[in-house]
Parts: sequence; structure tokens; C-alpha cells
Amino acid sequence: MEIPALAIQALIILAIFGITLLIATYCTWAERRIAGFLQDRPGPNRVGPWGLGQPLADAVKLFFKEEFIPATANKWLFIAGPSLAMLTALMSSAVVPFGNTILSDEFGAIRIQGIEVNIGMLYIFGVVSLGVYGIMIGGWASNNKFSLLGAIRAASQNISYEIALGLSLIAVLMMTGTLSLREIALQQAEPLFGISGMNWNIFYQPLGFIIFLTCAFAETNRTPFDLPESEAELVGGYHTEYGSMKLGLYLFAEYVNIIVVSAVMSTLYFGGFNFPFQNEIGALLSSDPKVAHNIITVMGIGVFFLKIFAFIFFFMWVRWTLPRFRYDQLLNLGWKGLIPLSIINIILTGTAILLSEHFGW
Amino acid sequence: MESLSNRKKVLEQKPMTVTEKMYLPAIFNGLSITMRHFFKKKPTILYPEQKREFGREFRGLHVLRRDEQGRERCTACGLCAVACPAEAITMVAGERKKGEEHLYREEKYAVTYEINMLRCIFCGLCEEACPKEAVFLQNDKTAPPRFERDEFIYGKDRLVEPLERADSKENIKYRY
Ligand code: SF4
Ligand code: SF4
Repeated sequence: MEIPALAIQALIILAIFGITLLIATYCTWAERRIAGFLQDRPGPNRVGPWGLGQPLADAVKLFFKEEFIPATANKWLFIAGPSLAMLTALMSSAVVPFGNTILSDEFGAIRIQGIEVNIGMLYIFGVVSLGVYGIMIGGWASNNKFSLLGAIRAASQNISYEIALGLSLIAVLMMTGTLSLREIALQQAEPLFGISGMNWNIFYQPLGFIIFLTCAFAETNRTPFDLPESEAELVGGYHTEYGSMKLGLYLFAEYVNIIVVSAVMSTLYFGGFNFPFQNEIGALLSSDPKVAHNIITVMGIGVFFLKIFAFIFFFMWVRWTLPRFRYDQLLNLGWKGLIPLSIINIILTGTAILLSEHFGW
Repeated sequence: MESLSNRKKVLEQKPMTVTEKMYLPAIFNGLSITMRHFFKKKPTILYPEQKREFGREFRGLHVLRRDEQGRERCTACGLCAVACPAEAITMVAGERKKGEEHLYREEKYAVTYEINMLRCIFCGLCEEACPKEAVFLQNDKTAPPRFERDEFIYGKDRLVEPLERADSKENIKYRY
């Protein structure tokens, strides 16, 4: 790669980094506003118009709190915990394709994506499963029984649900035949029933999607599976001993995880950056195929973010609706419910693929 | 154990049915309920901008009334202070001088008259005790929040009803 291409790549990575953080910041605001609205109250609306300054106020508050490390805690691990949580959360957004390519004469096709790797899905899996170390280390280093319990819960929960998550994904991989997120997204640009950009995997994998969604909730430690935190019984779980910005990082990492999971879900099941009638709209707006392609890409980025926001809203909606699962229910659902279901899903998908090949559908 | 009243009900925990085990129907049900609430009108009253209507019987901030000729009615008899269960009222009595007849109705008047709004429980007993119909609790005013405790001790400047005349001194000082 030459220098200009590298610079563009760096710019895109920076932009993705900044936008992810910005969205995560405003997730804290949105969460409280949505919680308020679902509970018939307005939520924080005092700082700035509609309370939009609230995240800044929260950040200022967290930064000015005392940096406290308990005397019995393992100092380095105590600091490493939240850092690792944040690091892994941010790393996974690197391979998400936020948009199709922008065609330019000088630089060729510029991909709106941090890095394009042909094993994007595996990469995300690897990084996300590292995320549990952040919680584990933090809980262990706190030297507090509630933190430790929370961390153990987090570990066993994440490991259990990762299996179902992976299995539900295998069905998608069997269909698409690729591990690259960009490839998967591009395959969904095909027309379905004559509507271009509508060949979304959700229409072929509804069961797989529900399994993936459930596991995503468990992986991001969101209600109804927020057992690692469980305010009521574990006084905050793995972050009991944390305060100030270290706590802020943990809470922040959760939101970044939600964004990444939402992005992955939109890519895998909801067509990524494709939207219905995209070819027709592009042709309508410009006769030059190159310009049309660029316009569609820009619109696709917007649509992709809309999909992400929709998922984030769904996450929050569910959080303020459902009560927490009991721990045995959680593990029962994971091992006895979702894992067999996802295996059935794989068998169904395999049969469908074989049949369609056999009959030439 | 055998129940004495025979009203004991043994609750059986039934195993979950298939639909219950699937969780999803119940989840959709719950989600639709919360979504309905999302679009409901919020009953919250955004306080400093909007205020709740007070009832006619509301007992709010005190006022020391004047008579028809604009003279202070209070004669510093101290009955309100005696009646007050919260010990919120203090006053210093003084004698009316010659030439002050247009200011004070009685020969004895309150030189200072203070109500501590942090002590006051707004019971209205002072209003009932007053023989001169001088002190009243208004039904449309409350003591606004302040940063300092001192500012909750309301003196005559803030308690006495302002004169009708715009140029009167009391009118300028009267802030609430
Ligand atoms: S309202 Fe009650 S508590 Fe308040 S000053 Fe009057 S008598 Fe005292
Ligand atoms: S307000 Fe009424 S009761 Fe109180 S001192 Fe004055 S005249 Fe007496």
C-alpha cells in the first residue's frame, strides 16, 4: 500500500473509533431517556436541550472522582481489568464493514471498513471471548467475594453462550460459504422477489437469528442475563470495588460491546449496508454508474447506522422490560435450550442446502 | 400443619407449559406493554417551569395583612408564637409613636417579626390563633429553595403585605 492509501485507511479507522465512542457516550444518555419513557417519566432532560449534555456531565463527574484502589487488591490487575474490557470491546469494531466501497479515480475502491480480513467472523469471536478476561481479572483483583462471584458468573455465562452463538452462526456460514463480514454483507445485496438489496439472511435464518440474539444479550451481559452485575444480590458484581473512570470504562465497554454486536447482527442477518430498492434509487439519482455506486454507499452507511441504532434501542427496550433470569434458568436455557436448537438449525439448513442443490432451486 | 382457620390455600407450582418454556410469547407480550408506555403522555410536572395547581385550602407562605387604610394589623400580642407547635415565630414588640398612626393600627406593633420557614410545618395554627386577623397562610405561594439557611428566616420585609402604592418602600423590598 502506498502512503495516501495508508493515510485514508488510518482516517477511516480513526473515524470508526471516534464514532463508536461517540455512540457509546450517547448510549448512556439514550439508555436513561428510554428507561424513563418506558416507565412513564421523562428521564434526564436538564443538561442542555433534551438532556443531551448529560453524558458530558457524567464523564466530568467520573473523572473527578477519587481514583481508589482497595488496599488488598492486586494493583496492576485491578487497573488491567477495565483497560482490557475496553480494549477488547473497541478492537472488535475494526472488521465490521460500515459501508460498501467508494470508487475514486486516484485510489481505486476505498472500503469503508477498518481492516478487511477474510476471517472477520472468527476475529470477532476471538476478541469477544477475550472480553470476559477483562471482567474476570477485574473481579479477581478486587479481592472481594461479591466481585469474584460476579466474575465467575460472567465467565461461565459467556462460555456457555459462546457455544450456542458459534453454532447459530455456523448455519449462516454454511449458507454464505465465507467468514468475511464484507462478503456476507455483499451477498445480501442480491434481489429477493425482484427487490434489490433485500436478500437478507433473516428470511432464511429466523431461528438462527433468535438464537444469535439471545446469545448476544448474554454475551454483552445485558438484562435479562445481567447476572454478572446483578445489583440486587451482588451489589454490582464484578465492579463492586470500582469507582471513578475505571468503573466508567467498564460501563462504557458494555455499550461498545452492544454497538459491535448490533453491527454484527445487522451485517449477518439484516443485510448490512444494503437497503431495499438500492439499485433503482442509485439509477434514479445518477446515470453515471460510478457516481450512483458512491451515492448508494453513502446512503448505505446511513442505513447501516440506522440498523445499529434500531438494535441498540431493542437492547434497551428489552432491558427495561424483562426481569433477570435465575442462574439455573440461565444455564438451562443455554445448554438445554439454545445449543440443541442451534444444532437442529444447522441440520435444517444443511438439508435445505442439499435439497436446493439437488433440485436446482 | 393443619390450618385452624381452614382458609389456608396450598399453592401448587405447576410445571411450565410448552409456550411458557419458549419464553418468547411472554417476552413479546411484555415488550408490547412497555412500548405502549413509551408513547404514553408523561404525568411528570417539570417543576420550575410548570407548577402544580394548589388547592384552595393549601397552606403556603405566610403574609402579614394590612387593614383597609394600609396599616399593619399585627399588634405583637405573641399569640401566634405561643400557638405555634414548631416554635417558628419570634417577634419584638414596640410602642407606636405619635405620627405613626397611618402605619400601625394598634398602639403596640411588631418591630421585628420573623418566621423561620425551615421550622414551620405550615399547620396554620398561627392563623387560627391571631385575634387581629393579621397573619395568614397564602394558598398560592411557597417558600422557594435557597442555598443559605439564613435566607429561610423571613422578616417583616418579606412577610408584610405590600402597599397598594407602587412607590412604597415595602413594595420594593417585597420579593416573593
Ligand atoms: S403555620 Fe404552624 S408551624 Fe408555621 S408558623 Fe404558623 S403555627 Fe407555626
Ligand atoms: S400576628 Fe396576630 S397573633 Fe401574631 S402577634 Fe400579630 S396580632 Fe398577635
